[in-house]
Amino acid sequence: MTVKLGVPSKGRLMEKTFDWFGARGVTLARTGSEREYAGAALGIEGLELVLLSAGEIPRELAAGRIHLGVTGSDLVREKLGNWQQKVVELDKMGFGHADLIIAVPRAWVDCTTLDDLDAIAAEFRRRHGFRLRIATKYHRLVRDWLREHGVADYQLVDSQGATEGAVKNETAEAIADITSTGETLRANHLKVLSGGPVHRSQAVLFKSRRAAWSDEDRRVMAALEAKLGIGG
Amino acid sequence: MADKAAIRAEAARLMAIFEAEGAQPVETPILQPAEVLLDLYGEDIRARAYVTSDPAMGEAMLRPDFTVPIVGMHMANGADPARYTYAGEVFRKQEDESERAPEYFQVGYELFDRARLAGADAEVFALFHRVLAPYGLSVATGDLGLLHAAIAGLTTTERRKAALLRHLWRPRRFRTLLDRFSGRTPMPEGRADLLAKPDPMACDAPLVGLRSEAEIAARIDWLREDMQAAPIPDQEVGLLDDLMGLSESMTNVTEHLRDLAVDMPAIGPAVDRFAARAEALAAAGVDIDTLAFEGAYGRTSMEYYDGFVFGFYAEGRPDLPPVATGGRYDALTRVLGQGREIPAVGGVIRPELLLRLAEEAGA
Repeated sequence: MTVKLGVPSKGRLMEKTFDWFGARGVTLARTGSEREYAGAALGIEGLELVLLSAGEIPRELAAGRIHLGVTGSDLVREKLGNWQQKVVELDKMGFGHADLIIAVPRAWVDCTTLDDLDAIAAEFRRRHGFRLRIATKYHRLVRDWLREHGVADYQLVDSQGATEGAVKNETAEAIADITSTGETLRANHLKVLSGGPVHRSQAVLFKSRRAAWSDEDRRVMAALEAKLGIGG
Repeated sequence: MADKAAIRAEAARLMAIFEAEGAQPVETPILQPAEVLLDLYGEDIRARAYVTSDPAMGEAMLRPDFTVPIVGMHMANGADPARYTYAGEVFRKQEDESERAPEYFQVGYELFDRARLAGADAEVFALFHRVLAPYGLSVATGDLGLLHAAIAGLTTTERRKAALLRHLWRPRRFRTLLDRFSGRTPMPEGRADLLAKPDPMACDAPLVGLRSEAEIAARIDWLREDMQAAPIPDQEVGLLDDLMGLSESMTNVTEHLRDLAVDMPAIGPAVDRFAARAEALAAAGVDIDTLAFEGAYGRTSMEYYDGFVFGFYAEGRPDLPPVATGGRYDALTRVLGQGREIPAVGGVIRPELLLRLAEEAGA
């Protein structure tokens, strides 16, 4: 048996993850051709690198098909109901920062807080005959946040990309999306509501609570934790 | 947990009792159009109901309750008065992975009656009380009609009352609004600054989306009105708190409500209805000297109840959901009736809990 570590298969998230492990004496690398999703882990005997889409890593952790995984804290919270019972956060990795925010048109001068959004949603529904639409792909996070803050009379409409354009295209009145800079929001005449983001996301090394751990796996894990300087 | 055949048999037993009371047995589809439920409960219902899609119906939900389809059915072609009974599964996601079943039986009794209000409340409650008597359950009752009346009677703007009523069943949000409207907490950040501007509408970005400039301007007018509105007097907030804090027997609470109505005349008619109900309950054989009443009962459950509410609980078993719940939901018939409405009251029993309690008592 080996301890399987799931890592995003491409892009900056993969590179930063490799750097993070490399700085701690665990070399992760892709093997084979440029296009082949195969990788290797050096420096820890019994650790196997599995390259996966960042969006699939939460599911694989929850199913226990990988023991460890690197992905955004937002993705774990969004994709796994009751995530604390399925995975453990071993370490925040300090990169991949992005905030999940709710944004409305800047010209809504009367809207700065969730409180305003709630009042506007009630009036919008009365006037237009349907619930105020918020475009997002983060359904669970946004719904939980709005319930916690007592916002009603809204609906979530699914948007898997170009979400900032939804308001101009009149497919939504507001959006909830990950933003790292805010430039796209400004370009689309939107502003962020005050009161903090729905979630501050970053890359996190997660451990599955559901994976099977043999004695050998535990030894591998202990060696890895010692190298990474975490847990114990 | 008892096996499904046993639960079904228990459900049939209860249904037969309800039929003997003159209720017509009815069935509702398990697949319900999602839109109706979403419009009623809001987006939160997605977290609690199983959502699926149907090529013809579009987005659909596995029925999370019977009340909505029964009301829909009655509004389409029901007689008046009408009594219905039904039994079947409802489906609720249990995302916190609690021990609670995601699929369970309910047996219900619903009464649509324009002519009797107190009498109908008493009929339903007394029936449940009688059916459930052998199980030694504890009972809680409440009256959301009293709270509605108290809020409608506050000395403040219609808009503030509407905001309070809209959030009555979200206690935390309700408290935030009440504190603000009574001047105990300041206005939200930025509001005073916005209204102090020579032209609050001025903005260097173009307006995008469906919400129009007129809508924004109208809200700014309301914000201005709200800023100038006098705070809700402390004395009224105190009375509202007293009302929500009541916890006594129905007999004693009637006296207390009469006292409160002296200072809060707006609740007078609701207190009369309460007293008439208490009398009807007593006439139906319920011991109102021991029947518990809680002023805030029903505030955290489903929002469609707007009058008398009740629940039966297994004593000393906070791990179990309520064995039976019910209440009056006139407003729901208004929402689903598209211009028509009919006073309605009803409740549901969970047969598998009765089996479980009987089994545990026998063991």
